[in-house]
Parts: sequence; C-alpha cells; structure tokens
Amino acid sequence: MAVLVIADHDNATLKDNTHKVVTAALAISGDVDVLVAGSNTAAIAADAAKIAGVRKVLTADSAELGQGLAEAFQDLVVGLAANYDAVLTPATTQGKNFSPRVAAKLDVAQISDVIEVVDANTFVRPIYAGNALETVQSSDPKKVLTVRPTAFKPAAEGGSAKVESVSAPAAPAKSHFVGQEIVKSARPDLGAAKIVVSGGRAMGSAEEFQRVIDPLADKLGAAVGASRAAVDAGYAPNDYQVGQTGKVVAPELYIAIGISGAIQHLAGMKDSKVIVAINKDGDAPIFQVADFGLVADYKTAVPELMTALSAAGK
Amino acid sequence: MKVLVPVKRVIDYNVKARVKADQTGVDLANVKMSMNPFCEIAVEEAVRLKEKGVATEIVAVSIGPQQAQETLRTALAMGADRAILVQTDQDLEPLAIAKVLKAIIAEESPELVLMGKQAIDGDNNATGQMLAALLDWPQAAFASEVVIEGGKAKVTREVDGGLQTLSVDLPAVVTADLRLNEPRYASLPNIMKAKKKPMDVKELGSLGVDTAAKLKVVKVTEPPKRSAGVKVETADDLVSKLKTAGVL
Ligand SMILES: Cc1cc2nc3c(=O)[nH]c(=O)nc-3n(C[C@H](O)[C@H](O)[C@H](O)COP(=O)(O)OP(=O)(O)OC[C@H]3O[C@@H](n4cnc5c(N)ncnc54)[C@H](O)[C@@H]3O)c2cc1C
Ligand SMILES: Nc1ncnc2c1ncn2[C@@H]1O[C@H](COP(=O)(O)O)[C@@H](O)[C@H]1O
Repeated sequence: MAVLVIADHDNATLKDNTHKVVTAALAISGDVDVLVAGSNTAAIAADAAKIAGVRKVLTADSAELGQGLAEAFQDLVVGLAANYDAVLTPATTQGKNFSPRVAAKLDVAQISDVIEVVDANTFVRPIYAGNALETVQSSDPKKVLTVRPTAFKPAAEGGSAKVESVSAPAAPAKSHFVGQEIVKSARPDLGAAKIVVSGGRAMGSAEEFQRVIDPLADKLGAAVGASRAAVDAGYAPNDYQVGQTGKVVAPELYIAIGISGAIQHLAGMKDSKVIVAINKDGDAPIFQVADFGLVADYKTAVPELMTALSAAGK
Repeated sequence: MKVLVPVKRVIDYNVKARVKADQTGVDLANVKMSMNPFCEIAVEEAVRLKEKGVATEIVAVSIGPQQAQETLRTALAMGADRAILVQTDQDLEPLAIAKVLKAIIAEESPELVLMGKQAIDGDNNATGQMLAALLDWPQAAFASEVVIEGGKAKVTREVDGGLQTLSVDLPAVVTADLRLNEPRYASLPNIMKAKKKPMDVKELGSLGVDTAAKLKVVKVTEPPKRSAGVKVETADDLVSKLKTAGVL
C-alpha cells in the first residue's frame, strides 16, 4: 500500500502544504512518495527529500507542468498511479483543478477536502460550508483525495529520500497557456501564516483597505485576507478571499475587521485558534465565533490597536 | 454555438444546514431550495453569450428529483432555451453526474459546457473537471472571464496567486467562479414565458449509465461548536488579552 503525494510549490519554493499532506499520507501508509511536477523542479525536489517519512521524491519537468495545465497533470499522475493505492493532493486551487480529472480517468471517486484520515479507506470531510462533517468509506481500488492542509500538522524535516526523475507527458494539444498576473507580496502566504488580518465590505475602497489593513498586517507580520464582498468590490485581489469557496485558513490569530460573518466566510476561518472581530454592529454574527469582540468603528479602533501594539513592543 | 449548462438544485445559500439527529445526513425537509449560486453564474454567462450573438442555443440540464424542474424553470426564465431533467431520487456522486452529463452531451453535441465550479451542498468542486476528463476535452476551471473567438475560449481563471489566462480549443468545459458575472433576476414576463419552453424529462435508468455509488456515507455529524467569547472595551484590553492567550 503506497501513497503518492503531489507537492505544492510555485516553481521556486516548496510550500508547507506539502508537509501537511505528507502527514495525512503517513496516516494511510508508511510508504509515501512525493511528486514534484513543474518547471525547475530540482531545488524544490531537494527540499521535498528532506521531509521526514518520505520514501522517494519523483520529479517531472515541462513548460506545461510549470504552467499548471490540468491536462498535463492528469496524464502524468494517471500514468504514475499504477504504482500507488492512493494519490493525495493539497486542496489548493491547483489541486482542485487537476485531481478530479485523475479520479475520473481512474474511474474512482474523488474525496474532496479531507480533514481526517480515520483509516486507509475512511475519511472525514466538511460539507455544507462546514456545517456538517461527513465520514465516507471508499470501496475504490485506488483512492484519490484532496486534503485540506490546515487540518494536518506539517511533517517534520530530517528525511533524506532519494530523488528520481520521471518523464513529463507530451504537451496537451487543446489547452494553451496565455499569461498570468500573480500578486507579488512580501507578506507570508495566507494559507500558512500564523496571523491573518482580514478586511470586509466596511472598508469601502481599495485605498481604504490598503490604508487600514496593510499596516496592521505588517506590524503583526501577518497575511492579509478579505471577505467575498471586499474582493467583489475590487478592494482586494481574488486570491485574498477567505471562505467556503475561497481559501481556508486556520492561523493562531485571525482578526476580522468590518466583516459580518456570513456562513460562507466562517467556513474559511472558524478553525482559527483565536478569533478577533472588530465590527460596529454588536449583533453581527461574527461575534458568535469571536473569542474577543470589539464593538467599535474600525476607523477609531484600528489606530488605537496600532498604538496599543506599539506600546506592547510590537 | 450550442451551450449546455448543468444546474443543480441545492439548499438555499442563506440557510444554515442542520445535521439530522440520527446522523444519516442533513435535514432538508421544509428547507428552502434554490439553484446552486455557481450554476446561476454559469446560466447568466451563457445568456450573455447568446445576447452577444455567440451562443445560438442554451440547453439547461439537471440531474435530480422531480422538483429540480423548478430549478430548470429558473434557468429558462433567465434565458435558457430548453431544459432536460434526468430524473432520479438518488443523490449521485460527482463521477456519476459527470457520466450522465457525458451521455447527454453525446446526444446534444454542444460546443461549450458552462457549469458551476462547486455545488454548495457537497462542496466537491469536482464534476466539471471529471466531465472534461471523461470527454477528453480541455477545461478552464474557476473562470472569471470568458471570451469566445475563432473556435477557442480564452478564459481568465482565479488561481492560487492571482489570475491565469488560458486558451482552450472548443469543445471545452468551463466552470464559473464568483467574479464571472452577477446573475440577473428573471423578470415576471420571462418567468411566464419560461412555462412554455420545452422541458424533456428522462428517467435516469433510460440512459444506461453506471451510476453506482463508490462511497458509503458512514455518518454525518455536527462540527465542534465554537462558542462566543468575550467583548472587550478597548484596544489596550484586547492587546493584553491576546498576550495572555499567547498569540502575540
Ligand atoms: C456561492 C457563494 C459563495 C460565497 N463564498 C464566500 C467566501 O468564500 N468568502 C466570503 O467571505 N463570502 C462568501 N460569500 C458571501 C457571503 O455570503 C457574504 O456576502 C460576505 O461574506 C459578506 O462580506 P462582508 O462581511 O465583508 O460584508 P457585509 O456582510 O456587508 O458586512 C460588513 C460589516 O461591516 C460592518 N461595518 C460597516 N462599517 C463599519 C465600520 N466603520 N467599522 C466597523 N464595522 C463596520 C457592518 O456592521 C457589517 O457587519 C459567498 C456567497 C455565495 C452566495
Ligand atoms: N445533480 C446535478 N445536476 C446538474 N448539474 C450538476 C449536478 N451536480 C453537479 N452539477 C454541476 O457540477 C458543478 C459542480 O458541482 P460539484 O462538483 O458537486 O461541486 C455544479 O455547479 C453543476 O454545474
């Protein structure tokens, strides 16, 4: 019973999501291999080889894999799946993009967003925006899972797996990369940050969002998130969206500013360790999940918070 | 160009799902049901393509119980031309839905399948990608902009770090993300007109597709509850509480 984990990376660095999915994989089997597929994978593979518990790292390099084309990932992973009983992919946008294709080609179910491995055939996943947890048992000969990284602790460093390259599939004929706009930020990744500061519709404009949220995030070394309303209105880029249909985060500290706390938003942050809400409406649903609530206008509360943090040596 | 739009009837997005006491599932009795919001966005996009003269016919398809006819009527009222209900009372898994859709596509030969990225009940986010794989079609998932030209779809996609643009040859599967458009409300005259539009009802069994479940639901439980904490009066108070909690 061997498991293949598909590494999360951006063609430059290995993401911590990989370590978390390795933990999920090790709960299924002791034989865990990691696939690093992309472009310029050598350095990333070397880092993946250091994850404790990993047996072997496979690398596959091509332009199309680097561009994340789902068809290329499908061909590669379906080919490799012959040697594995389970394929685990982080439930990132990219994981969600290709993993269902792999499952369909293998004629098996995909079990999406796994948050707990009960045994090698039984898994728990949230449904209905996290308002219910479903335990499913699979009768498929091979399991295809996307794994929610926030639900697992990262596997430790200290391994020394061997690295082996495998050939990349032919370029997909019907799908072509045109371009991308990747938001560059010096801040930590939203999914991996210890602290997240999120802004909502209350910000009213992109300028105000940046004026209020960014300095607070920088003071705390935090990542920046947003509600759907803030993203839809153009106050923040799309990949800041936290929620049922955006990113799921579970930092040590989540600070929601001017966010009401709709079910869809809560689905993405309610597993944070400590939640702070700043909202001028004392009845906002966000207060039902907040450990510490400050009923106040953010326009005065955030500057006061900045001052209080400075006074506390932050 | 013919466009096929699969739409799902789900719990309304404003309703908080409640787990049944016997842990067999979520209680849907007397709960408001609506078209899955992402499917609404897909229908809207198809209608806009028709208004631009790019799409010639829009066929809405749903796989579900008899009541899914209401969902299909909503799609017709928004501007779809005709509807197909594949009727079943079983709750099918994404792979089975994809296989049923493949069978419908074999009959309909659309050049574009526009669907939601995710159904907000099962939160699988899988059916569109599975359908594309079964058909050996290219896919553009999580679309925030779609332009059809010269036998190709140029699609901007919401990805991990920002936005990506792909060009896929038609026929293709495109799944809609939130920012693709804002769906219209059907007007009363259009709701009336929709009642006269054709609706073809097929029994699931008549398609000869293997839709057997691959997963057994062992139980459905409530997530751990988070209780409301305390209200703080000042920012200073907040900072000292956060220090005590060890998160600063
Ligand atoms: C299919 C679907 C998927 C969705 N997915 C997501 C998702 O992934 N993530 C997500 O976030 N949402 C999602 N939503 C949207 C969700 O339902 C809510 O509409 C959204 O979260 C609201 O954002 P908000 O809290 O910023 O805005 P609002 O609900 O408008 O809340 C703004 C809050 O700011 C407060 N406020 C206003 N002024 C001030 C001030 N000066 N100082 C302090 N507080 C102030 C108000 O009291 C209010 O509580 C989804 C919806 C659908 C239908
Ligand atoms: N029963 C169904 N009938 C029609 N379309 C469906 C059905 N289930 C899923 N879909 C389509 O697949 C999309 C993604 O659903 P899912 O993979 O279940 O999250 C939905 O937005 C619909 O477009």
